[in-house]
Amino acid sequence: MNQEIFERVQKVIVEQLDKRPEEITLETNLAEDLQADSLDLVELAMALEQEFDVTIGEDEAEQVRTVADAVRLLTAKLGAENE
Amino acid sequence: MRRRVVITGMGCITPLGMGLEALWEGLVTPRRVISRITHFDPTGYSTQIAAEVRDFDPKQFMDGKEARRTSRFIQFALATTQFALDDAQLSITPDNAERIGVLIGSGIGGIDYMDSQVRVLDREGPHRISPFLPAMMIADMASGMTSIRYGLKGPNLCVVTACSTGADALGLAMRTIQYGDADVMIAGGTEAAINPIGIAGFCAARAMSTRNDDPEHASRPFDAERDGFVMGEGCGIVVLESLEHALARGARIYAELKGYGMSADAYHITQPDPEGDGARRAMQNAIRDAGLTPEQIDYINAHGTSTRYNDAKETLAIKRVFGERAYQLPVSSTKSVTGHLLGAAGAVEAIACVLALRHQTLPPTINYEHPDPECDLDYVPNTARPATLKHVMSNSFGFGGHNTALVMSQYEG
Repeated sequence: MNQEIFERVQKVIVEQLDKRPEEITLETNLAEDLQADSLDLVELAMALEQEFDVTIGEDEAEQVRTVADAVRLLTAKLGAENE
Repeated sequence: MRRRVVITGMGCITPLGMGLEALWEGLVTPRRVISRITHFDPTGYSTQIAAEVRDFDPKQFMDGKEARRTSRFIQFALATTQFALDDAQLSITPDNAERIGVLIGSGIGGIDYMDSQVRVLDREGPHRISPFLPAMMIADMASGMTSIRYGLKGPNLCVVTACSTGADALGLAMRTIQYGDADVMIAGGTEAAINPIGIAGFCAARAMSTRNDDPEHASRPFDAERDGFVMGEGCGIVVLESLEHALARGARIYAELKGYGMSADAYHITQPDPEGDGARRAMQNAIRDAGLTPEQIDYINAHGTSTRYNDAKETLAIKRVFGERAYQLPVSSTKSVTGHLLGAAGAVEAIACVLALRHQTLPPTINYEHPDPECDLDYVPNTARPATLKHVMSNSFGFGGHNTALVMSQYEG
Protein backbone atom coordinates (compact mmCIF):
# COMPACT_ATOMS: atom_id res chain seq x y z
CA MET A 1 0.00 0.00 0.00
CA ASN A 2 1.13 3.46 -0.86
CA GLN A 3 1.62 5.33 2.44
CA GLU A 4 1.33 8.78 0.89
CA ILE A 5 -2.00 7.92 -0.76
CA PHE A 6 -3.25 6.39 2.48
CA GLU A 7 -2.41 9.56 4.40
CA ARG A 8 -4.20 11.75 1.90
CA VAL A 9 -7.28 9.48 1.98
CA GLN A 10 -7.14 9.54 5.77
CA LYS A 11 -7.03 13.33 5.77
CA VAL A 12 -10.09 13.56 3.47
CA ILE A 13 -12.06 11.14 5.65
CA VAL A 14 -11.14 13.07 8.79
CA GLU A 15 -12.55 16.23 7.24
CA GLN A 16 -15.62 14.72 5.60
CA LEU A 17 -16.80 12.47 8.39
CA ASP A 18 -15.51 14.46 11.36
CA LYS A 19 -13.31 11.61 12.66
CA ARG A 20 -9.93 11.46 14.41
CA PRO A 21 -6.99 10.22 12.28
CA GLU A 22 -6.33 7.32 14.67
CA GLU A 23 -9.83 5.98 13.96
CA ILE A 24 -8.87 5.40 10.35
CA THR A 25 -6.70 2.43 9.35
CA LEU A 26 -6.55 0.42 6.15
CA GLU A 27 -8.95 -2.11 7.65
CA THR A 28 -11.56 0.50 8.59
CA ASN A 29 -14.96 -0.15 7.03
CA LEU A 30 -16.52 3.16 6.03
CA ALA A 31 -20.14 2.24 6.68
CA GLU A 32 -19.74 -0.10 9.63
CA ASP A 33 -16.89 1.54 11.53
CA LEU A 34 -17.37 5.18 10.60
CA GLN A 35 -21.20 5.20 10.28
CA ALA A 36 -21.00 6.70 6.79
CA ASP A 37 -24.44 6.62 5.12
CA SER A 38 -25.08 6.52 1.37
CA LEU A 39 -24.98 10.31 1.05
CA ASP A 40 -21.71 10.45 3.00
CA LEU A 41 -20.18 7.93 0.60
CA VAL A 42 -21.20 9.95 -2.46
CA GLU A 43 -19.72 13.07 -0.90
CA LEU A 44 -16.59 11.23 0.14
CA ALA A 45 -16.06 9.97 -3.41
CA MET A 46 -16.41 13.55 -4.67
CA ALA A 47 -13.91 14.80 -2.12
CA LEU A 48 -11.45 12.09 -3.13
CA GLU A 49 -11.92 13.04 -6.80
CA GLN A 50 -10.97 16.59 -5.94
CA GLU A 51 -8.06 15.65 -3.70
CA PHE A 52 -6.52 13.32 -6.30
CA ASP A 53 -7.82 15.06 -9.42
CA VAL A 54 -9.30 11.84 -10.81
CA THR A 55 -12.77 10.70 -11.85
CA ILE A 56 -14.39 7.90 -9.89
CA GLY A 57 -17.30 6.14 -11.61
CA GLU A 58 -20.46 5.29 -9.69
CA ASP A 59 -19.84 1.55 -10.02
CA GLU A 60 -16.23 2.01 -8.90
CA ALA A 61 -17.37 3.99 -5.84
CA GLU A 62 -19.85 1.27 -4.95
CA GLN A 63 -17.04 -1.28 -4.71
CA VAL A 64 -15.25 0.78 -2.04
CA ARG A 65 -16.09 -0.59 1.40
CA THR A 66 -12.86 -0.14 3.33
CA VAL A 67 -10.10 2.44 3.41
CA ALA A 68 -7.84 -0.14 1.74
CA ASP A 69 -10.36 -0.40 -1.13
CA ALA A 70 -10.14 3.35 -1.63
CA VAL A 71 -6.35 3.39 -1.49
CA ARG A 72 -6.18 0.51 -4.00
CA LEU A 73 -8.60 2.21 -6.38
CA LEU A 74 -6.75 5.53 -6.23
CA THR A 75 -3.34 3.87 -6.58
CA ALA A 76 -4.58 2.13 -9.72
CA LYS A 77 -6.03 5.33 -11.14
CA LEU A 78 -2.93 7.41 -10.43
CA GLY A 79 -0.69 4.62 -11.76
CA ALA A 80 -2.72 4.42 -14.98
CA GLU A 81 -2.37 8.15 -15.46
CA ASN A 82 1.39 8.08 -14.95
CA GLU A 83 1.96 5.36 -17.50
CA MET B 1 -66.60 20.28 20.48
CA ARG B 2 -63.06 20.93 19.40
CA ARG B 3 -60.18 20.33 21.77
CA ARG B 4 -58.54 23.20 23.64
CA VAL B 5 -54.85 23.77 22.89
CA VAL B 6 -52.35 25.14 25.39
CA ILE B 7 -48.74 26.25 25.24
CA THR B 8 -46.58 24.28 27.65
CA GLY B 9 -43.07 24.92 26.42
CA MET B 10 -41.20 27.59 24.50
CA GLY B 11 -37.70 28.13 23.15
CA CYS B 12 -36.05 30.71 20.98
CA ILE B 13 -32.83 31.82 19.37
CA THR B 14 -32.93 35.50 18.46
CA PRO B 15 -30.48 38.32 17.83
CA LEU B 16 -30.95 39.05 21.55
CA GLY B 17 -29.35 35.71 22.41
CA MET B 18 -30.16 32.15 23.33
CA GLY B 19 -33.42 31.49 25.11
CA LEU B 20 -36.51 33.12 26.55
CA GLU B 21 -34.81 35.22 29.19
CA ALA B 22 -32.50 36.88 26.69
CA LEU B 23 -35.52 37.66 24.52
CA TRP B 24 -37.74 39.08 27.24
CA GLU B 25 -34.99 41.05 29.01
CA GLY B 26 -33.86 42.44 25.68
CA LEU B 27 -37.40 43.51 24.78
CA VAL B 28 -38.41 45.18 28.04
CA THR B 29 -35.02 46.74 28.78
CA PRO B 30 -34.41 47.32 25.12
CA ARG B 31 -31.04 46.26 23.81
CA ARG B 32 -29.83 47.57 20.47
CA VAL B 33 -28.52 44.62 18.49
CA ILE B 34 -28.79 45.89 14.92
CA SER B 35 -25.41 46.67 13.42
CA ARG B 36 -23.29 46.33 10.33
CA ILE B 37 -23.44 42.82 8.84
CA THR B 38 -20.56 40.55 9.87
CA HIS B 39 -21.67 37.24 8.30
CA PHE B 40 -20.22 38.49 5.00
CA ASP B 41 -18.74 41.72 3.67
CA PRO B 42 -21.80 43.84 2.77
CA THR B 43 -19.81 46.50 0.91
CA GLY B 44 -21.70 47.47 -2.22
CA TYR B 45 -25.13 46.39 -0.94
CA SER B 46 -27.71 49.15 -0.50
CA THR B 47 -28.52 47.68 2.93
CA GLN B 48 -25.45 46.77 5.01
CA ILE B 49 -27.10 46.22 8.41
CA ALA B 50 -28.98 43.38 10.07
CA ALA B 51 -29.85 41.79 13.40
CA GLU B 52 -27.52 38.82 13.45
CA VAL B 53 -27.38 35.88 15.83
CA ARG B 54 -23.75 35.94 16.92
CA ASP B 55 -23.52 33.59 19.88
CA PHE B 56 -24.79 30.38 18.27
CA ASP B 57 -22.35 27.48 18.10
CA PRO B 58 -23.94 24.50 16.28
CA LYS B 59 -21.34 22.16 17.77
CA GLN B 60 -22.97 22.63 21.17
CA PHE B 61 -25.99 20.84 19.72
CA MET B 62 -24.61 18.37 17.16
CA ASP B 63 -21.38 16.74 16.09
CA GLY B 64 -19.16 18.24 13.41
CA LYS B 65 -20.39 15.96 10.66
CA GLU B 66 -24.03 16.74 11.32
CA ALA B 67 -23.30 20.46 11.60
CA ARG B 68 -21.52 20.41 8.26
CA ARG B 69 -24.43 18.75 6.45
CA THR B 70 -27.10 20.90 8.09
CA SER B 71 -28.10 24.39 7.00
CA ARG B 72 -28.12 27.16 9.57
CA PHE B 73 -31.93 27.46 9.53
CA ILE B 74 -32.15 23.77 10.41
CA GLN B 75 -29.42 24.04 13.06
CA PHE B 76 -31.48 26.80 14.69
CA ALA B 77 -34.58 24.57 14.65
CA LEU B 78 -32.79 21.55 16.15
CA ALA B 79 -31.30 23.62 18.96
CA THR B 80 -34.46 25.61 19.68
CA THR B 81 -36.58 22.45 19.79
CA GLN B 82 -34.26 21.15 22.50
CA PHE B 83 -34.84 24.35 24.48
CA ALA B 84 -38.62 24.03 24.05
CA LEU B 85 -38.77 20.33 24.97
CA ASP B 86 -36.64 20.97 28.05
CA ASP B 87 -38.85 23.90 28.98
CA ALA B 88 -41.98 21.74 28.62
CA GLN B 89 -40.33 18.90 30.58
CA LEU B 90 -41.74 16.61 27.93
CA SER B 91 -40.00 13.28 27.45
CA ILE B 92 -40.52 11.34 24.26
CA THR B 93 -41.37 7.69 24.88
CA PRO B 94 -42.53 4.78 22.70
CA ASP B 95 -45.99 5.37 24.17
CA ASN B 96 -46.36 9.00 23.11
CA ALA B 97 -44.01 9.40 20.12
CA GLU B 98 -46.66 8.65 17.50
CA ARG B 99 -48.95 11.34 18.92
CA ILE B 100 -46.31 14.10 18.84
CA GLY B 101 -45.87 15.94 15.56
CA VAL B 102 -43.72 18.73 14.16
CA LEU B 103 -44.68 21.77 12.11
CA ILE B 104 -41.73 24.10 11.68
CA GLY B 105 -41.78 26.50 8.75
CA SER B 106 -39.15 28.60 7.07
CA GLY B 107 -39.85 31.45 4.70
CA ILE B 108 -36.59 31.17 2.79
CA GLY B 109 -35.00 27.81 3.59
CA GLY B 110 -31.38 27.10 2.69
CA ILE B 111 -30.91 29.79 0.08
CA ASP B 112 -27.22 30.34 0.88
CA TYR B 113 -26.25 26.74 0.25
CA MET B 114 -28.29 26.66 -2.95
CA ASP B 115 -26.43 29.80 -4.04
CA SER B 116 -23.03 28.25 -3.40
CA GLN B 117 -23.99 25.07 -5.26
CA VAL B 118 -25.20 26.99 -8.30
CA ARG B 119 -21.70 28.44 -8.48
CA VAL B 120 -20.23 24.93 -8.34
CA LEU B 121 -22.62 23.86 -11.09
CA ASP B 122 -21.50 26.74 -13.31
CA ARG B 123 -17.81 26.26 -12.59
CA GLU B 124 -17.39 22.49 -12.36
CA GLY B 125 -20.56 20.89 -13.73
CA PRO B 126 -23.32 18.71 -12.31
CA HIS B 127 -21.09 15.87 -11.04
CA ARG B 128 -19.62 18.19 -8.40
CA ILE B 129 -22.96 19.02 -6.79
CA SER B 130 -23.26 17.87 -3.19
CA PRO B 131 -25.63 15.00 -2.44
CA PHE B 132 -26.73 17.10 0.51
CA LEU B 133 -28.02 19.98 -1.63
CA PRO B 134 -31.71 18.96 -1.48
CA ALA B 135 -31.56 18.33 2.26
CA MET B 136 -29.73 21.61 2.92
CA MET B 137 -32.09 23.67 0.77
CA ILE B 138 -35.69 22.54 1.14
CA ALA B 139 -37.68 24.33 3.80
CA ASP B 140 -39.44 21.24 5.15
CA MET B 141 -36.15 19.72 6.28
CA ALA B 142 -36.30 21.63 9.59
CA SER B 143 -39.39 19.58 10.49
CA GLY B 144 -37.94 16.43 8.98
CA MET B 145 -34.63 16.58 10.82
CA THR B 146 -36.33 17.60 14.05
CA SER B 147 -38.51 14.48 13.91
CA ILE B 148 -35.47 12.31 13.19
CA ARG B 149 -33.39 13.76 15.97
CA TYR B 150 -36.06 13.64 18.68
CA GLY B 151 -37.99 10.57 17.49
CA LEU B 152 -41.26 12.43 16.91
CA LYS B 153 -43.49 10.16 14.83
CA GLY B 154 -46.73 12.14 14.54
CA PRO B 155 -47.75 14.49 11.71
CA ASN B 156 -44.70 16.10 10.10
CA LEU B 157 -45.36 19.23 8.10
CA CYS B 158 -43.97 22.50 6.86
CA VAL B 159 -45.75 25.71 5.94
CA VAL B 160 -44.23 28.47 3.80
CA THR B 161 -46.11 31.76 3.79
CA ALA B 162 -43.23 34.26 3.72
CA CYS B 163 -43.32 36.44 6.83
CA SER B 164 -46.54 34.81 8.08
CA THR B 165 -44.82 31.41 8.21
CA GLY B 166 -44.15 31.22 11.94
CA ALA B 167 -47.69 32.29 12.84
CA ASP B 168 -49.25 29.88 10.35
CA ALA B 169 -47.13 27.06 11.77
CA LEU B 170 -48.63 27.70 15.21
CA GLY B 171 -52.14 28.09 13.83
CA LEU B 172 -52.05 24.96 11.70
CA ALA B 173 -50.42 22.97 14.50
CA MET B 174 -53.25 24.10 16.75
CA ARG B 175 -55.74 22.82 14.18
CA THR B 176 -53.87 19.50 13.99
CA ILE B 177 -54.39 19.04 17.73
CA GLN B 178 -57.96 20.36 17.70
CA TYR B 179 -58.83 17.88 14.98
CA GLY B 180 -57.27 14.99 16.89
CA ASP B 181 -54.38 14.16 14.54
CA ALA B 182 -51.87 14.71 17.33
CA ASP B 183 -51.85 15.39 21.08
CA VAL B 184 -48.67 17.47 21.03
CA MET B 185 -47.13 19.57 18.25
CA ILE B 186 -43.67 21.12 18.13
CA ALA B 187 -44.46 24.26 16.15
CA GLY B 188 -42.61 27.33 15.02
CA GLY B 189 -40.53 29.10 12.43
CA THR B 190 -36.83 29.30 11.65
CA GLU B 191 -34.84 31.57 9.37
CA ALA B 192 -31.25 32.31 8.42
CA ALA B 193 -31.20 34.51 5.34
CA ILE B 194 -28.53 37.05 6.27
CA ASN B 195 -26.29 35.98 3.43
CA PRO B 196 -25.29 37.63 0.17
CA ILE B 197 -28.11 36.32 -2.00
CA GLY B 198 -30.76 36.75 0.72
CA ILE B 199 -29.80 40.35 1.42
CA ALA B 200 -29.36 41.19 -2.28
CA GLY B 201 -32.88 39.99 -3.08
CA PHE B 202 -34.54 42.11 -0.42
CA CYS B 203 -32.31 45.06 -1.34
CA ALA B 204 -33.56 44.80 -4.90
CA ALA B 205 -37.17 44.61 -3.66
CA ARG B 206 -36.53 47.97 -1.91
CA ALA B 207 -38.01 46.53 1.27
CA MET B 208 -35.18 47.14 3.74
CA SER B 209 -33.90 50.15 5.63
CA THR B 210 -30.80 51.77 4.16
CA ARG B 211 -29.97 53.64 7.36
CA ASN B 212 -26.49 52.13 7.23
CA ASP B 213 -24.90 55.01 9.14
CA ASP B 214 -27.23 54.60 12.12
CA PRO B 215 -28.17 50.92 12.38
CA GLU B 216 -29.34 51.11 15.99
CA HIS B 217 -32.21 53.36 14.95
CA ALA B 218 -32.98 51.73 11.60
CA SER B 219 -35.89 49.56 12.77
CA ARG B 220 -38.45 52.20 13.73
CA PRO B 221 -41.96 50.85 13.20
CA PHE B 222 -44.76 53.44 13.01
CA ASP B 223 -42.26 56.33 13.20
CA ALA B 224 -42.63 58.95 10.47
CA GLU B 225 -38.99 58.50 9.41
CA ARG B 226 -39.11 54.72 8.95
CA ASP B 227 -37.58 53.55 5.68
CA GLY B 228 -37.88 49.77 5.60
CA PHE B 229 -37.37 46.66 7.67
CA VAL B 230 -34.12 45.33 9.10
CA MET B 231 -33.51 41.64 8.52
CA GLY B 232 -33.04 39.44 11.54
CA GLU B 233 -32.50 35.72 11.92
CA GLY B 234 -33.32 33.05 14.45
CA CYS B 235 -36.00 30.62 15.49
CA GLY B 236 -39.00 30.33 17.76
CA ILE B 237 -40.50 27.00 18.79
CA VAL B 238 -43.46 26.29 21.05
CA VAL B 239 -44.79 23.05 22.46
CA LEU B 240 -48.54 22.97 21.83
CA GLU B 241 -50.55 20.40 23.64
CA SER B 242 -54.18 19.39 23.96
CA LEU B 243 -55.46 20.62 27.30
CA GLU B 244 -56.29 17.12 28.50
CA HIS B 245 -52.80 15.85 27.60
CA ALA B 246 -51.20 18.75 29.42
CA LEU B 247 -53.36 18.26 32.51
CA ALA B 248 -52.80 14.50 32.52
CA ARG B 249 -49.06 14.91 32.76
CA GLY B 250 -49.23 17.86 35.14
CA ALA B 251 -47.56 20.25 32.70
CA ARG B 252 -47.08 23.92 33.47
CA ILE B 253 -49.46 25.84 31.20
CA TYR B 254 -48.15 29.17 29.92
CA ALA B 255 -51.25 30.21 28.00
CA GLU B 256 -54.03 28.98 25.77
CA LEU B 257 -53.70 29.34 22.00
CA LYS B 258 -57.26 30.30 21.36
CA GLY B 259 -57.70 31.82 17.92
CA TYR B 260 -56.27 31.55 14.42
CA GLY B 261 -57.32 33.76 11.53
CA MET B 262 -56.17 33.68 7.92
CA SER B 263 -56.83 35.71 4.81
CA ALA B 264 -55.31 36.78 1.53
CA ASP B 265 -55.10 40.31 0.16
CA ALA B 266 -55.44 39.12 -3.45
CA TYR B 267 -53.85 42.44 -4.34
CA HIS B 268 -50.06 42.68 -4.91
CA ILE B 269 -46.94 40.56 -4.45
CA THR B 270 -45.24 42.86 -1.93
CA GLN B 271 -47.59 45.75 -1.09
CA PRO B 272 -50.45 45.40 1.36
CA ASP B 273 -54.03 46.09 0.34
CA PRO B 274 -54.47 49.91 0.35
CA GLU B 275 -57.42 49.61 2.75
CA GLY B 276 -55.73 47.01 4.97
CA ASP B 277 -58.56 44.72 3.97
CA GLY B 278 -56.75 41.38 4.26
CA ALA B 279 -55.18 42.29 7.59
CA ARG B 280 -58.59 43.35 8.92
CA ARG B 281 -60.19 40.05 7.94
CA ALA B 282 -57.35 37.98 9.43
CA MET B 283 -57.76 39.77 12.79
CA GLN B 284 -61.55 39.42 12.72
CA ASN B 285 -61.28 35.73 11.83
CA ALA B 286 -58.84 35.10 14.69
CA ILE B 287 -61.01 36.92 17.24
CA ARG B 288 -64.10 35.01 16.08
CA ASP B 289 -62.18 31.72 16.13
CA ALA B 290 -61.21 32.45 19.73
CA GLY B 291 -64.86 32.96 20.63
CA LEU B 292 -64.14 36.54 21.66
CA THR B 293 -65.18 40.02 20.62
CA PRO B 294 -62.77 42.87 19.70
CA GLU B 295 -63.53 44.57 23.05
CA GLN B 296 -61.80 41.69 24.84
CA ILE B 297 -58.41 42.03 23.14
CA ASP B 298 -55.97 43.79 25.50
CA TYR B 299 -52.84 44.11 23.32
CA ILE B 300 -51.66 43.56 19.76
CA ASN B 301 -48.12 42.54 18.89
CA ALA B 302 -48.13 44.15 15.46
CA HIS B 303 -46.50 42.89 12.32
CA GLY B 304 -44.99 46.40 12.41
CA THR B 305 -42.10 45.90 10.02
CA SER B 306 -40.96 49.53 9.79
CA THR B 307 -41.84 49.72 6.10
CA ARG B 308 -43.84 52.73 4.97
CA TYR B 309 -46.76 50.69 3.64
CA ASN B 310 -47.08 47.95 6.25
CA ASP B 311 -47.22 50.17 9.28
CA ALA B 312 -49.76 52.59 7.78
CA LYS B 313 -52.03 49.87 6.41
CA GLU B 314 -51.80 47.71 9.53
CA THR B 315 -52.81 50.77 11.57
CA LEU B 316 -55.76 51.34 9.26
CA ALA B 317 -56.79 47.69 9.55
CA ILE B 318 -56.65 47.85 13.37
CA LYS B 319 -58.94 50.89 13.31
CA ARG B 320 -61.39 49.04 11.09
CA VAL B 321 -61.51 46.10 13.49
CA PHE B 322 -61.57 48.00 16.78
CA GLY B 323 -63.27 51.30 15.86
CA GLU B 324 -62.80 54.11 18.38
CA ARG B 325 -61.35 51.64 20.87
CA ALA B 326 -58.29 51.30 18.63
CA TYR B 327 -56.97 54.48 20.24
CA GLN B 328 -57.03 52.91 23.70
CA LEU B 329 -55.58 49.58 22.59
CA PRO B 330 -51.82 49.17 23.05
CA VAL B 331 -50.08 48.02 19.88
CA SER B 332 -46.34 47.45 19.75
CA SER B 333 -43.78 46.07 17.35
CA THR B 334 -41.02 44.02 18.92
CA LYS B 335 -39.33 44.05 15.52
CA SER B 336 -38.06 47.46 16.59
CA VAL B 337 -35.68 45.50 18.85
CA THR B 338 -35.19 42.13 17.14
CA GLY B 339 -35.36 43.14 13.52
CA HIS B 340 -37.59 41.13 11.20
CA LEU B 341 -37.01 37.39 11.53
CA LEU B 342 -39.07 36.70 8.37
CA GLY B 343 -40.39 33.15 8.62
CA ALA B 344 -39.45 32.94 12.29
CA ALA B 345 -41.04 36.28 13.20
CA GLY B 346 -44.57 35.02 13.85
CA ALA B 347 -43.36 32.30 16.20
CA VAL B 348 -40.96 34.54 18.13
CA GLU B 349 -43.64 37.22 18.43
CA ALA B 350 -46.20 34.69 19.68
CA ILE B 351 -43.63 33.80 22.35
CA ALA B 352 -43.26 37.51 23.15
CA CYS B 353 -47.05 37.67 23.56
CA VAL B 354 -47.07 34.74 25.96
CA LEU B 355 -44.26 36.35 27.96
CA ALA B 356 -46.24 39.61 27.99
CA LEU B 357 -49.24 37.69 29.43
CA ARG B 358 -47.01 36.04 31.98
CA HIS B 359 -45.29 39.23 33.11
CA GLN B 360 -48.39 41.44 32.63
CA THR B 361 -46.09 43.84 30.84
CA LEU B 362 -46.22 45.43 27.41
CA PRO B 363 -42.96 45.29 25.43
CA PRO B 364 -42.34 48.64 23.75
CA THR B 365 -41.81 49.87 20.21
CA ILE B 366 -38.38 51.45 20.35
CA ASN B 367 -36.98 54.21 18.12
CA TYR B 368 -40.36 55.89 18.15
CA GLU B 369 -39.59 59.60 17.82
CA HIS B 370 -41.61 61.31 15.09
CA PRO B 371 -45.38 60.80 14.95
CA ASP B 372 -46.78 59.92 11.55
CA PRO B 373 -50.34 61.19 10.92
CA GLU B 374 -51.14 57.83 9.32
CA CYS B 375 -49.94 55.98 12.41
CA ASP B 376 -51.75 57.48 15.36
CA LEU B 377 -52.31 54.63 17.82
CA ASP B 378 -50.72 53.86 21.19
CA TYR B 379 -47.56 52.07 20.09
CA VAL B 380 -46.16 51.70 23.64
CA PRO B 381 -43.36 54.06 22.64
CA ASN B 382 -39.85 53.31 23.82
CA THR B 383 -40.60 52.09 27.35
CA ALA B 384 -42.18 48.88 28.63
CA ARG B 385 -45.16 49.33 30.90
CA PRO B 386 -47.34 47.20 33.15
CA ALA B 387 -50.81 46.30 31.94
CA THR B 388 -53.65 43.93 32.78
CA LEU B 389 -53.58 41.39 29.97
CA LYS B 390 -56.00 38.53 29.47
CA HIS B 391 -56.30 38.14 25.70
CA VAL B 392 -53.57 39.27 23.29
CA MET B 393 -53.18 39.06 19.53
CA SER B 394 -50.17 38.74 17.23
CA ASN B 395 -50.28 39.81 13.58
CA SER B 396 -48.11 38.47 10.77
CA PHE B 397 -48.32 39.36 7.10
CA GLY B 398 -46.27 37.99 4.24
CA PHE B 399 -45.19 38.76 0.69
CA GLY B 400 -47.80 37.21 -1.57
CA GLY B 401 -50.56 38.77 0.51
CA HIS B 402 -50.77 36.16 3.27
CA ASN B 403 -52.32 37.52 6.48
CA THR B 404 -52.36 35.69 9.78
CA ALA B 405 -53.46 36.56 13.30
CA LEU B 406 -53.20 34.50 16.47
CA VAL B 407 -55.03 35.06 19.75
CA MET B 408 -53.43 33.87 22.98
CA SER B 409 -55.14 34.00 26.36
CA GLN B 410 -54.41 33.52 30.03
CA TYR B 411 -55.24 29.93 30.81
CA GLU B 412 -58.39 29.47 32.86
CA GLY B 413 -59.47 25.97 33.82
